Order: sequence, then C-alpha cells, then structure tokens
Amino acid sequence: MPHVKVHVQFPEDKIKEPVIYQIGHEYKVVTNVRRADVRETTGWMDLELTGDSTEIERAIVGLRTKGVVVDPIELNVVE
Amino acid sequence: MATMKALVCRECGKEYPTKAIHVCEMCFGPLEVKYNYEEIKKNVSRTKIQDGPHSIWRYADLLPVEGPTFLGPHAGMTPLVRAKNLGAHLGLDELYIKNDTVNHPTLSFKDRVVAVAITRARELGFETIACASTGNLANSVAAHAAAAGMRCYVFIPGDLEAAKVLGNLIYKPNVVEIEGNYDDVNRLCSEIAGEHGWAFVNINIRPYYAEGSKTLAFETVEQLGWRTPDQVVIPMASGSLLTKIWKGLHEMKYVGLIDEVRTKINGAQAEGCSPISTAFKAGRDFFKPVKPKTIAKSLAIGNPADGYYALKATAESKGTMDMVTDDEVVDGIKLLAQTEGIFAETAGGVTIGVLQKLVKNGTIKKGDLTVAYITGNGLKTQEAVIDAVGRPVRIQPSLVAFEKTFKMGKNGGGDA
Repeated sequence: MPHVKVHVQFPEDKIKEPVIYQIGHEYKVVTNVRRADVRETTGWMDLELTGDSTEIERAIVGLRTKGVVVDPIELNVVE
Repeated sequence: MATMKALVCRECGKEYPTKAIHVCEMCFGPLEVKYNYEEIKKNVSRTKIQDGPHSIWRYADLLPVEGPTFLGPHAGMTPLVRAKNLGAHLGLDELYIKNDTVNHPTLSFKDRVVAVAITRARELGFETIACASTGNLANSVAAHAAAAGMRCYVFIPGDLEAAKVLGNLIYKPNVVEIEGNYDDVNRLCSEIAGEHGWAFVNINIRPYYAEGSKTLAFETVEQLGWRTPDQVVIPMASGSLLTKIWKGLHEMKYVGLIDEVRTKINGAQAEGCSPISTAFKAGRDFFKPVKPKTIAKSLAIGNPADGYYALKATAESKGTMDMVTDDEVVDGIKLLAQTEGIFAETAGGVTIGVLQKLVKNGTIKKGDLTVAYITGNGLKTQEAVIDAVGRPVRIQPSLVAFEKTFKMGKNGGGDA
C-alpha cells in the first residue's frame, strides 16, 4: 500500500482543531503520527499517510485547504 | 579509513548502517553520521593534516568517506583573508574573511559538500547523482558529475532566470524544468528520491553531504594557527552550515587537535526570509515557515530542515542571530568589495550586513577574533547590484578630455 511521510505545520488558529482526525474521516487514508510538538502558539507533526495514491493526494490537498502547511518529511530540499 | 560507526537519528538515537538513507524509520527524525572518535584520535594529528592534500581531503579522517579515492580533489582550502581595511572600517582589530568565493570548481561553498556527497555516492555504488536547486548547488553537482563521469539530473523550478539555467547546462546534465512553483519542485524531488535508485545529494545522501560543511571550521582553525575564533558570522539557509561549523569545532576538540572551543556562533539571514533569526530573536526554540521574498536567493529557504538545530547550536554557543534588509545586503556586498576586493554574492552581503549590526550593538567587540563566512561569488548574482554600482565615466577620446575630467595636473590627479 502506498505511503507518504509528511511534515505538517499548524497555524496558531488551527491548533485546537482536530485536523488529523478529520482527514482520517474525510479521505480513505490511515494517519500515523510519529513525532509531534503541539503548544499554545505552534504545532507540527511528522506523520505517515497510507492509502491509495489518489486518496493520499486528496488528503494532502484537504490538509492545505484547512490552512495547514504540508511539506515532505525533509522540509525544503530545493537549495 | 573506518571512521564512520553508523548513521544515527538526531532525535531518538536509533542507529542505522552507513547507507543512502536519511530519515529514521522509527520517529522520522533526520539521520546524521556517527564517528568512532577514539579511533580517529589515534590516526589524526596536526602534522598529518598539514602534510595532506591542499583541499578538504586533508581532513578525510573526519569526513564520512572510506577512501582512498576522493572526487572533487580541489575543493576547499580557500583563503582566510586578514581583513584589515574592513576591520578598521567596522572597528575590529582582528577580522578575517573565509573566502569561499574562490572555491573550486564552481565558486561557492557548495563545492565542499558536493565533493563529499559525490565521493560517498560513488562508494555506495551509485551511477546517477541528482539535486533540486535554484543555483549554487546545481552548478556544483553538475560540474562534479561531469568530472566524475556520472549521470546527472538537476531539477529546477520552471521560472528560473536564464543565466542560472545556463550555468548548469554548460556541464550537460539532464536539467529538468518543472512546471510548477517551488513547493511542487520540492515535493516531486522528495518523491523521485524515494522511487529511483539515485543519489540525491540533499535528500538520501544528505547525512554525508552536510558533513562537508565541517571543513569550513577545520580550515579556519588550522589557518588561524590552531586557534578557534571568538566570534563567527555564518549565513543561514537550511541552517545546516551553521550547525556543521559548530560540530566541526567540537570534533577538533574530541580528537585532540585543539584544547577548547570558545567560539560564539552568530547566524545571519535576510529579512525577507528569516524564519530562524526571527525565532531566535523572539526567544523561541521553534520557527514558523515563511514564503521567501528577498534578493538573497541562495538563502531563501522558507521551511529550513536544520532550523531547529541551528537555534540550538547558537544558543549553546551563547551566540546570537540577526537579519538585514535587501538594501543592507547590497550595502554589505559593496562594503566588502570596496574594502577587501572580494566580490560576494548576496549571501555574502547578508553576512557582512549582520556582522556590521553585531559590531554596532556591541555583541562583537573590538578585540574579538572574528571570522565572517563568505560563501559564494558575486559574479553569480550581478543582477542584485546592477543598479547600485554607478556608471563608467564617459569621455571623448582625447588626452585633454581625460585630464579635464579627472582634474589632472602634471603630478597626477583625482577622482572624476
């Protein structure tokens, strides 16, 4: 089953929202959080998305639509 | 040389074999090279280094390669310039410029990291090398691949300036222009690195590649007569260069080449892309991603991979961070050129601008032995200063016109 590792960053106003839960319900993907740091003013997670490639794509678009920054696990690789 | 012990996760400490991998399967943290310092200590000495090649490979005992064949044989050992004029201008007694504008073969510090990356890639059996880049990294990878006879892919955003594309095409790599923005290039390259058996220097080879930056610390200490500086100013893009200079200084202590590290590490960014400096100034140990908007394109990384580690290293060293406007970047480039005859790219302007700020606010003091890292050549970013350097003086083709323009008498003259 295809899987993608991503780093997601939540803006301050989204920290209280159950975004990862919502993504798991709205799209056919399994979300697996491996590392995270969520505080009052910031929040980020390293997570794995598993599912069909098209569903993973849709889930990433869905995360971005909710105002979450999604990057590859390596963050910015264009130097 | 069996100096590498393992790759180790920077977060959870899990160890892995020294292969082309870069992310911890357990916690997704980044991997870095772990060395056998006790073994290195037995083999390394100041004399051995000084008798070694005039390149980064004199420090091979402290680099993540097996040897004895090294690609990029001329990278490194760039001049450490005693900057008396700039020092006098700023009010510093002992200022040095580490001048990587003349690094070989492509005139930026990237030649160090790429030499290490391509050497390790070849050792691991790769025949294709690749990178995602908008400038210096692509130039260096393409040039090294050409010299090594390796297949090369360079991925660039579709809207890159023609001059920068040309700088890559001349070496005849496969230059792939991606129809999309920076984020699209970023994502695609991460996926390609995962799917193809290629050595992507700043993705799956990153643990080795990044180590090449340590040679800037090694050379500085050796060129200062085995002394560490009191203060250094380092430009930050991903933040990797800063963290590796800090690591390099400490490695020299671990293996007995120096007795102590007393260096304060100072990071420099441009205001238009300063996620790390902004976090440091706000007293945060985390940074917020930004959309870059600065002329300092080689530092324009909005979500820097080593930002967290750069914050940590700077705090450990009791150094600081700061940022400068684009106008201050241009002023910094001009100041360095007009006092020391060194034409730096925009990242150099950032370094000099921040150096100037740190002297003015008393962070760097008159008697501090200070080193500023200038990481790329100004000929690569001429567009940044084209409107700030004036025009030639135009005269009629006659001796009278010349002497009149320059108010010249029999014993010489002045400026126009």
